[in-house]
Amino acid sequence: MAESLTKAEESWLSKATAWPGQYWMLVVMWIRSSLAYPASFALMLLGSALVTGLDFVAVLLMFSHIETFGGFTLAEMGLLYGTASMTLGLADLVIGSIDRIGQRIRTGELDVWLIRPVSAFLQAAADNFALRRLGRPLQAGLVLVISVAALEIDWTVAKVLLLAVSLISGSVIFAAIFVLGGAFQFVSIDSAELANSFTYGGQQLTQYPLAIFGKDIVRAVTFVVPLAFVNYYPVLQVLGKPAPLGLPSWIGLLAPAVAVVMVALASLAWQAGLRRYRSTGS
Amino acid sequence: MPVIELENVSRAFTVTSRTGLRRTRREVRAVDGLSFTVEPGEVMGYIGPNGAGKSTTIKMLTGILVPSSGSIRVAGVDPSRHRLKLAKRIGVVFGQRTTLWWDLPLKDSFAVLQKMYAVPRARHAENLATFVELLDLGDLLDVPVRQLSLGQRMRGDIAAALLHDPEIVYLDEPTIGLDIVSKARLREFLAQVNAERGTTIILTTHDLDDIEALCSRVMVIDHGHQVFDGTLPVLRASQNAPRTLIIDLATSHPPITIPGTTVTKTDGPRQWLTFPTTTSAAPLVAQIAATYPLVDLTVTEPTIESIITNLYAQAHK
Repeated sequence: MAESLTKAEESWLSKATAWPGQYWMLVVMWIRSSLAYPASFALMLLGSALVTGLDFVAVLLMFSHIETFGGFTLAEMGLLYGTASMTLGLADLVIGSIDRIGQRIRTGELDVWLIRPVSAFLQAAADNFALRRLGRPLQAGLVLVISVAALEIDWTVAKVLLLAVSLISGSVIFAAIFVLGGAFQFVSIDSAELANSFTYGGQQLTQYPLAIFGKDIVRAVTFVVPLAFVNYYPVLQVLGKPAPLGLPSWIGLLAPAVAVVMVALASLAWQAGLRRYRSTGS
Repeated sequence: MPVIELENVSRAFTVTSRTGLRRTRREVRAVDGLSFTVEPGEVMGYIGPNGAGKSTTIKMLTGILVPSSGSIRVAGVDPSRHRLKLAKRIGVVFGQRTTLWWDLPLKDSFAVLQKMYAVPRARHAENLATFVELLDLGDLLDVPVRQLSLGQRMRGDIAAALLHDPEIVYLDEPTIGLDIVSKARLREFLAQVNAERGTTIILTTHDLDDIEALCSRVMVIDHGHQVFDGTLPVLRASQNAPRTLIIDLATSHPPITIPGTTVTKTDGPRQWLTFPTTTSAAPLVAQIAATYPLVDLTVTEPTIESIITNLYAQAHK
């Protein structure tokens, strides 16, 4: 018993240490693949930069008419927007390709992945890795830097730490939603858009103060799909604003715990999906 | 010690069909109670009509699919439970889709496979050099895979499947769509790999010439059941398909009458005489030469197509 336990731990450990290298190897292959069509790559990069760039301009235009929005000033909105955009951008960059899994199942390419000595999950995450997705985190970084500089708050070590940790846990929550969406495609091959409404759609939602959407929405993104933990609750904590629904103000501190739960769910769902595929062959 | 062992393996699928508003589910057994073993270094042809269960078997042997019942051991492990570990010890070629990176030069795919399978650099270089020479890949290494012809891509795929020195290679219709020259070259290469490296090869194919050229053993399955397992000569003999002697005489003659033989066709001085597989051709030829003005003759073996058609027909009786 003790021996088998150490064995399991060992294999888990060797897997975890092998993953970054394997992921990077696949990513490099896909980047080089995309560079095989330089004109297409350049246009996609430009298009992506324009779209994400214009995204925040909409917020700026809105603030040319109003002073505050849902109790948030422009700089505070910038912090909210920047964290939403950064977390989705990072998750999308690293793991967003997993939403192509349905297509890979349909064409039978998943079988090719399954005969390789690298986890199918890594191959799905790196599938057609799109470097152009780097545009969003860069834009988000710019918005964040400017907003933080414009904010008039006392930055304590605790607040900086909270912001940094919430960027990581927020990215992980979005990543878990991407994986859940991918896992669901094992059941329903054409469901990529469903997951997109929670990821890309989720970012559209979380870039605004959630209180403006009404209590039902806030409840849904707190207790059902925990998008409020991506950035809203941590940012409220950083800005010293009260939480909605009479929730305690320290709720933002729960973001890492929520991320851990989401990862566990996503991992179970992915394994179940793959098991289903391997026992039905469809 | 067998390198592949199947014991009473079955794989059922649930098929949902819709007629109008009613959905009916029924269970289809793609593979039904299959048992066999393969020894190291064997080259086994695995044949059967479409939907016979060939691909399902291969998918179970590689660990992609989990069997519904029965037990499988490949290279000493259960493939579905140790899929990633087994992956390093097997090679797979899917004839109809590539494992190579579509937009990258062939050599890039080979390079990433070296890392993926953790092949020691020196060993990789050695293997690559051998395969480049034997499969004539030298001019193709810098060409993106999407620009390769089907035959060239297949050669690339086969090299890719062998670079990590697998003990077992599964080839799913490797010669599909290739011209005669490419087919012949591929078969020659596979025979060489088997002879020099002792690689066990399982080959599914619709091309019976592949079997004839490569396989020391043939297994025929139909509707998930094994209907034949043995050598090609035994398969031929078991079906009692008659052989044919094509005889050219000096002049036209009435049909030759020799007990145990039948003339099936005459065309001027040429006659087609069929005789059982168990009869030796030499005394027959001597007998004919003694009584008739024999000019030339040819013995033709029954085609595998006819034997297998026969086999399927019997299995369905």
